[in-house]
Formats: sequence, C-alpha cells, structure tokens
Amino acid sequence: MTPIRSLIATALAAGLASAAAAQDAGDNIAVAYEEDGRYFTADDIPTYNVAEDGTVDWLTFSGFRRYHSECHVCHGPDGEGSTYAPALKKSAVDMDYYDFYSVVVNGRENGNSVMPHFGDNRNVMCYLDDIYVYLKARGMDAVPRGRPSKKEAKSDVIQEDENDCMG
Amino acid sequence: MRKLPLLTSGIALCVATMASANDDLMTQMDDAKQWAIQTGDYANQRYSELDQINADNVGDLQVAWTFSTGVLRGHEGSPLVIGDTMYVHTPFPNIVYALDLANEGKIKWKYEPRQDPEVIPVMCCDTVNRGVAYADGKIFLHQADTKVVALNADTGAVEWEAVNGDPSKGETNTATVLPVKDKVIVGISGGEFGVQGHVTAYDMSTGEQVWRAYSVGPDDQLLFDPEKTTALGKPVGADSSLKSWEGDQWKIGGGTTWGWYSADMEENLFYYGSGNPSTWNPAQRPGDNKWSMTIFARDIDTGEAKWVYQMTPHDEWDYDGVNEMILTDQEIDGEERKLLTHFDRNGLGYTLDRVSGELLVAEKFDPVVNWTTGVDMDPESDTYGRPAVVAQYSTEQNGEDVNSTGICPAALGTKDQQPASYSPKTEMFYVPTNHVCMDYEPFRVAYTAGQPYVGATLAMYPAPDSHGGMGNFIAWDNINGEIKWSIPEKFSVWSGALATAGDIVFYGTLEGHLKAVHAETGEELYRFKTPSGIIGNVMTYERDGKQYVGILSGVGGWAGIGLAAGLTNPNDGLGAVGGYAALSDYTALGGQLTVFALPN
Repeated sequence: MTPIRSLIATALAAGLASAAAAQDAGDNIAVAYEEDGRYFTADDIPTYNVAEDGTVDWLTFSGFRRYHSECHVCHGPDGEGSTYAPALKKSAVDMDYYDFYSVVVNGRENGNSVMPHFGDNRNVMCYLDDIYVYLKARGMDAVPRGRPSKKEAKSDVIQEDENDCMG
Repeated sequence: MRKLPLLTSGIALCVATMASANDDLMTQMDDAKQWAIQTGDYANQRYSELDQINADNVGDLQVAWTFSTGVLRGHEGSPLVIGDTMYVHTPFPNIVYALDLANEGKIKWKYEPRQDPEVIPVMCCDTVNRGVAYADGKIFLHQADTKVVALNADTGAVEWEAVNGDPSKGETNTATVLPVKDKVIVGISGGEFGVQGHVTAYDMSTGEQVWRAYSVGPDDQLLFDPEKTTALGKPVGADSSLKSWEGDQWKIGGGTTWGWYSADMEENLFYYGSGNPSTWNPAQRPGDNKWSMTIFARDIDTGEAKWVYQMTPHDEWDYDGVNEMILTDQEIDGEERKLLTHFDRNGLGYTLDRVSGELLVAEKFDPVVNWTTGVDMDPESDTYGRPAVVAQYSTEQNGEDVNSTGICPAALGTKDQQPASYSPKTEMFYVPTNHVCMDYEPFRVAYTAGQPYVGATLAMYPAPDSHGGMGNFIAWDNINGEIKWSIPEKFSVWSGALATAGDIVFYGTLEGHLKAVHAETGEELYRFKTPSGIIGNVMTYERDGKQYVGILSGVGGWAGIGLAAGLTNPNDGLGAVGGYAALSDYTALGGQLTVFALPN
C-alpha cells in the first residue's frame, strides 16, 4: 500500500469513528506532547506550537506555504475566505480533525458550491496535517496574517516522511 | 476616425471572397446601435461611434432599467444587443437569457445547460464566463465544461454541440469564442492543471472540428511551418517548441488560451496570446518553454502560424500572455502601419506590426514594474526581443524554497483579462490595471492529472511607496510607450473599458461604481454605485433614438478571491496588518445588469 492510500484508509476509518468523540476547543488546541518536531493534543490530534518569541513549529510554517499554493486560489489569502469559498481558518477550529480530513480527501458538494476531492493529490495529502495546524493557528489568532517570520527547523523524521509520501 | 476605412475595406474583401455566414456578423458589428460581439469589433477596440451621451451631459446619466441574472458569482463579459434582442449570460451554470427590448426586457427564451458540478472546483479562481457570441443567426456559448453550443438566436434551440476538452484533466473554459468567416474559434483554460493549451476551429454551421493548433509541442501539433512561421522576422526552424523544454514536460506545458481574440480580415489572420507554462515552480521546467507567454498570428482558414513573439521566456512569475490584442491603423515614424497593441500581465505595453510581427515598442505601463529593466530592442543583438531579468526578482535564480520579495507586478499582472479600449479620436488606449506586488516562493510539486499543479506560495500586497491603492485606470500612448494620465483606484480595476465618440470613457470598479471620465483628461464626470462589485465590461447600444450603457455587476473572479479579505504586506511588519482595504467592506456577491440612459 502506498503512503497515500494508507493515509486515506486511515482517514476514512477514523472519520467514521469520530462523530461520537466530540472535542472541546481547549482540548483540540493545547499542546500535550511533541514528537520529532510535530505537536499533538492529549487526544493525539495534530496542533500548532508558537513559542513566546513568535517562532512557529515547522508544520505551521509548511502549512502556510502549502495553503497558499493549493487552497488560496479558492479560499483566499491567510485562510480568510473569499467571494468564492469559505474562510478555512474557522473550519479548522470548528470542525473535528477527522471530518476536516475527510472533506479534503473526498470533497463535498453543496449546490453550486463544490469542494474538490484531493485524496489522490500528493501536494495536498502529504501536507494535510501541515495545512490543518496552520489553519488552526490562524483560526485561534495564534499567528498573524502573512508569512510566519520565524520557524523551527524541519526534523529529520518530517523530511523522511515527506520523501516517502511525495515519492 | 481611422477605424472606419479599415472596417469598410474588411467588409468589401469579405463579400468579394466568400458568400459567408459571417457577412451577417460583419454587418451587425458595423452598426454602432448594436453591440454584436464582446470585443466591440474584430479589432478589439471597444469603441462606439454613439455620442448622444457625451462629456457635456454624462453627469445626468440615470438608471433606465435593471435585470437580475439569478446567479451570485463573478460576472465577467457583457451582454450583446442584436436587433430587438439582448443576450445576457451568467457564470456557472452558464445560463443564457434572450431579452426582448421591444417588450420591456421580457424573457424571450432562457437556456440553462446541464453541467457536472465537478467542473466547478477545477476552475481556478471562480466560475466566470466572458460571454456569448453571435453570428449567422446563432448564439455561441462556450460552457465551463468546454462544451461549445450553438443556439438558435430566435428560439434558443440547440443547433449543434461540440466538446472541446476534458474537465477531468483540468480542461475548462472561461472565455468567449471568436466567430469569424465560416468558423468558430475557441480556446481552453487549465494552465494551473498542466493542460497542453490549444486553439480549435469548429465549422460554424455543423460544429465539426476543422483544425486544432497547440501552443506547446511538436511542429505538426503547433501548425508551424518551420521555414515560414517567423519570430521577430526570422523563421522559427524545426522543433522550436520541443527544443525549449526538458524531456516530456511540454506535454503538461500549459500555454492555455483563455483570453480574447481579434482578427484582421484583410490579412486573413487572427491574434491571441498563450498563458503560463503550467507549474509556477520554474526549476521544474528548464528552458524557454516555447510557445507559452506568446503572441500568435494565425491564418483563419488553416490555423497555421504566420508569426509568434514570446514575451516572457521561461516564466518565473505566472505572467500569462493571454490579454487582448488591439488592432489599429496608425502613423508611426511617419509611416502608416497596421499595429497590434497588447498590455501584458508582465507589466509591459507592446506595440507590434501585426502583418510582420516586428516589435516596435515595449515599455512599462506601470512605473513600479521591477522584474525587468526592459526589452532588448536591437535587432542585431543575441537577446533581441528578450526582457532583461533583474536577478533580485528572479524566482528561478533565487531558487526553490527561497522567498523572493517585492516583485512587481504580482502574479495577477499589471493587467489581467479585463480588456482595454482604444479611441481613434484621441489615439489613446484606456487601460484598467492592477497596482499590486508580491512575494513568491517556488517549491517542488508533483503532477496528478486533473489536480492543481502550482508549486509556489504567493503573498500579494498593494504596490509599496505608491498611493496605497491596488489599481490605476490609465491612458496610454502606444506610439511613444507613455502613460498620458493615471487615475489611482482603491482596488484593482477589473472591468473592461468602453470609449465613445462622446469623448468619454467608462469603466467599473470593484466597489461597484460605474464611472465615466473625460477621454482627454481623465477627469471624473459621473459615478453610480451598482449593487455589487464590477468585473464585467461596459457596453453601449441605441434603441428608438436613445443611447444606453450597460454593465454587469457581480464581484468575484481572481479579484474577489484575492481581495475579499483585503491584502496585507508581510514586509511591513505587524503594525500594517489590516491597514489595507478589504473588498468585503464595500460590496457583496451579486448578479445584476444595470442599464443607464439620459433622462427624457
């Protein structure tokens, strides 16, 4: 199984199971632990980390880059929304992680408002956690609009995972 | 008034050489009381001889009637008026209304195609459509899903359909079509999805494909004759495109053709530009990437290219070359010449000889343009016709994963598709422009068919050290390559201009104003705020002795996406965040036609 397929399978399975597991905002944001440069909540949900001097974790920075490549042509700059599509910075905070994941993988249709499915797009799937934590940071105003000025280095594990995923 | 002899001779030639369906359209276009083609005429001048509304009385203009399209998306293009009927189109789902002007705008017929909504998300940057075309008693609609439909202009009945592309590969359409002679010539969108761009001619009466010419690829696909097709006066030679790409990258090489088309019937040529070479990461496509970012002159009957000129070899900024080619006959250096004037996304205003493809003028039409020091105009030089790239702003030289800052213009260009107009009375061009700069960081990206293929992060902001606004509306002298006057605008001007014999120029703003300014001075003479931001093009017509001006409102498109929440300059520091205007503070979604006239 390719990394992408396994990601999708995981996301789908998890998405089905998640409806019951409601999270409150505090639980969904606060960092409980760090692993190889990635940050997680107590429920093992990816989250952002912003140091006192404004340094953001690598995933948040990477998410800024990937969002402004893959998402902003519909959803506007900085997760702010546009005349065409909603503000994702709110979605990332309001939506359950697995629901968020599922919408990106499978897409969603609401009349003439259509979110495409990105499940087979490595440029999105390999960086979905990055985009998610970046948008969550934007939604909580933990990072301002624009390019984060300071970032943590990319860990070796993140680099290896990226290489595996992008092929 | 130089335009008239040209048009008349064009018609004479046409009548003499063919008994064509197209005679009808030529006659309709020549009647200033109608608006028979999106571009005003084949020359794309967007100029009207009507002068009942003029510089002295335009201040009295009033709304005569309105029409809601029922669709809340970006409304580009304009209505057509032919005889007693006005044809109004909408963004996706691409409804067409035929309104009976003899009966208070009653809906004569309505056509709503059935399209798979899956096409919506593969349309980068909103589901706009730049309008229908008319010829031979038919209305031509090029839908979002690339289906070209010919409708009976009287009844709305479908006469034929042709499928021009495959949305599952990211091929879509936003443009109008060019009806010319016995053909309908159409383009394609999808540059950000790795489409191999092309133009295609369909038989006007049957919808059968006549020829197809690609922008990138082998000579037989390009419809190039290596000995006869020229670039800057010299034959292009064999494999001119293939040699400028590495490996098979050209197969996903972009060069889409979603802009406007013009035609010179005497020369039997039509003109258009090609878009960006797909991915925005230049490191992934070494070479000049010919013939993306190129002005094409092709034979109407065969599609064969007569000449080409690549404006931005090896694009590093997404400066698509699709903007309109405006054809004029003017005196330059004491000689009357057939000219082509083009305002490119890259910020340069070009004037060429449209018969030979000779480059005459290439100057910045916004002083903030900084990625180039200018174009080499020396025919003896090795780099003749090439722009000199400034290393600091070269996203290729700075490399992958490096953020190049302060590049002007931004990717949306000093001007995007919003068409300029030309007044033969003043010999000036009236150009809606963007005044926006950017930071641009390219990075590695993978290609998946039907998925975006971008590979760069952009941050855009109003041009620094200027008036703080994001647009200008300028008057341009294409002979001397000079700005004659410039009106600062709060937002990008994303509306097509209209110049008239009444010494006025109309344009719309993103806040929703229809404005009229004096053609000589730029002095504002009139403004009216319509229900939504304007990205449509101003048109005019006359009925029962009264001149009308029409404009579609409905904010959206690239402008609505980029500017809805306002822009921030990441280089300004935290203090400036939120300091720039947000479009959402001024307007909201809409879809309305507003028609103006003088009071009785």
